[in-house]
Amino acid sequence: MKIGVLLKQVPASDARIKIADPSTGIDTADIKWEINPYDEYALEAALQLKDAKQASSVVVLTVGGADADQRIRDALARGADAAVRLDDPAFEGSDCLGIARILAAAAKAEGVELLLAGKQAIDGDNAQVPGMVAELLGWGNISVVDKLEFADGTVKAWRASGGGARDVVEASLPLVITCDKGLNEPRYASLKGIMMAKRKKIAVKGAADLGLDPSTVGAAAALVVEDNWSLPPERPAGRILEGDDATRVKELVRLLRDEAKVI
Amino acid sequence: MARYEGLDFYAIDKQLTDEERMVRDLVRNWVEDRVIPIIEQHCREGRFPMHLVPEIGEMGLLGMNLEGYGCAGMSNVAYGLACQELERGDSGIRSFVSVQGSLCMHPIHAFGSEEQRRRYLPEMATGKLIGCFGLTEPDYGSNPGGMVTKAVDDGDSYVLNGAKMWITNGSIADLAIVWAKLIPPGGTLADGRIHGFIVEKGDPGFSAPEMHGKHSLKASVTSELVFEDCRIPKDRILPGVSGLKGPFSCLNNARYGIAWGALGAAQACYWSAREYALSRTQFGKPIASFQLVQNKLAWMLREITKGQLLALQLGRMKDAGTMFPEQISLAKMNNVDIALQIARIARDIHGANGILDEYPVMRHMANLESVYTYEGTHDIHNLILGRWITGIPAFE
Ligand SMILES: Cc1cc2nc3c(=O)[nH]c(=O)nc-3n(C[C@H](O)[C@H](O)[C@H](O)COP(=O)(O)OP(=O)(O)OC[C@H]3O[C@@H](n4cnc5c(N)ncnc54)[C@H](O)[C@@H]3O)c2cc1C
Repeated sequence: MKIGVLLKQVPASDARIKIADPSTGIDTADIKWEINPYDEYALEAALQLKDAKQASSVVVLTVGGADADQRIRDALARGADAAVRLDDPAFEGSDCLGIARILAAAAKAEGVELLLAGKQAIDGDNAQVPGMVAELLGWGNISVVDKLEFADGTVKAWRASGGGARDVVEASLPLVITCDKGLNEPRYASLKGIMMAKRKKIAVKGAADLGLDPSTVGAAAALVVEDNWSLPPERPAGRILEGDDATRVKELVRLLRDEAKVI
Repeated sequence: MARYEGLDFYAIDKQLTDEERMVRDLVRNWVEDRVIPIIEQHCREGRFPMHLVPEIGEMGLLGMNLEGYGCAGMSNVAYGLACQELERGDSGIRSFVSVQGSLCMHPIHAFGSEEQRRRYLPEMATGKLIGCFGLTEPDYGSNPGGMVTKAVDDGDSYVLNGAKMWITNGSIADLAIVWAKLIPPGGTLADGRIHGFIVEKGDPGFSAPEMHGKHSLKASVTSELVFEDCRIPKDRILPGVSGLKGPFSCLNNARYGIAWGALGAAQACYWSAREYALSRTQFGKPIASFQLVQNKLAWMLREITKGQLLALQLGRMKDAGTMFPEQISLAKMNNVDIALQIARIARDIHGANGILDEYPVMRHMANLESVYTYEGTHDIHNLILGRWITGIPAFE
């Protein structure tokens, strides 16, 4: 079985985000990029399946420019066998559905039977792409999985279903699974892995290579248009209550009831 | 506190290969995740974080600049960057890696028999076997040539007598690279020539009691090595070298790593001092807004940047095979010296908070006192440079 891992680079979680131009998006000049943390769980799950000889190989699929290569190299250094970076001027401005079309076509072209992805990317927090990929491929989809078992082509997956309850889902391949924190402990690369990653090629593919109609992706095909970027309002400063404990507790309760309206 | 970032004032990052950057980032992240959260507690208790050894081995940091035998075969610059990041965590962690790779694996790799290499190196690379390096003796520190530990050929074995002191990893080591004078039959100590011997834990007559009471490198094991008629098989001598050249070749490699490592400690102190200065308010404004404080920070920036350029160029020369030992002396001496001064100034900037182990500065400061002394004291390196300049050795 060949596994595909959908991997996206995102601004580091502690990056200070600035808006370059409200119509185009954030200023990426000083941004430090990292692998989307949830995608790291997906990658690790794939690598563990390979270590357990339940998968033959792991291929990383990334939609992005050459600046994503460093993140892809990191994945290769951790043990992924190959990578395809999907890059084409026609892909510019794709919305989630466009990205999903590209990835679905790539998954098909690569002949993968299982796609693992993060439950969401921590930049846009859309949590849409993997589900759309599954739909486009006509595959099953199990989302937000934090425990996974795999035997004889059958997948057993555990997911929180709210209120402390848990779902256990059984499914057969082909599948798209999105991964949550807790699924595993992502490994560090090794120096040997880093040396080996040097010899692995990152294949770059465009619409023509995938047999993808360019008019179905990119800005022109996008159903969702981002036209006005702004930072969330600054969090108001906290308030420090004065007086002795008794007065402050009384005041706190009053504020929680009257102002915050939470009790 | 914001997540640590290294200082790159002169765009040295751009001088690194992708691979070197990946090694740096790997070790930096590992240190952030695995070392920073536990190191203060380990220091407080005077315990080496033994549980990290398999992880260090798994990443491939042990003997990483050696070729073959399970080693990663990376560039010396990559090795230096790893040392820098490890020492940003703690000099004790970096010491462990220096001793294992440069002081123990290197001599086996360079001077050992093929059999010895195959027997020890792969397991040392994974951290399964831990090594220590015994050169210094109670009465011979800066002057190792005067050593009195001796080995005598006794037919099918060598018999070692003597004692080593200040030996990093001693009590946790599975094997020791011991430098001793091999006395020819009927000869005296004066006729002896220095050779390297591999002594294994459990060899009869060998013990390695730990030294206690350190104020520095507290998260590192320091021990004595005692040899009382310690008998080892003949095939444990390192066949490829004799004389001081053997240990010095090891020291050159380790000193090279220290030149980088010290910059890690310096950057940790700079980072902490800068963060602290920006957040600490006195006289109604952040102390970072006072000229005297800025002057201190500017000095740190200046010295770290110069040190980085020294280390990088030294590494490129080492990779090209053109580096000579005096160049290592300059970088080791300079970078440890400035790191120690930076740690002291950072401690000052933190005010009273600087003495707490809530901040890393005093730990680094105390650690660097050892680093200043070991691997050739600051002044021994001055003398090495003095000899290079004048042609006159002034050691004795
Ligand atoms: C934590 C720690 C770990 C160590 N780990 C190891 C290890 O793993 N293996 C090992 O073999 N050793 C190790 N050492 C020992 C270290 O290498 C020695 O301490 C060092 O070589 C200095 O020797 P010394 O302490 O005997 O000082 P000394 O040589 O007695 O020096 C004392 C002072 O005299 C000065 N001095 C000495 N000679 C001269 C001279 N000719 N001219 C001018 N000044 C001079 C020195 O610069 C220094 O200031 C370690 C030391 C420490 C503190």
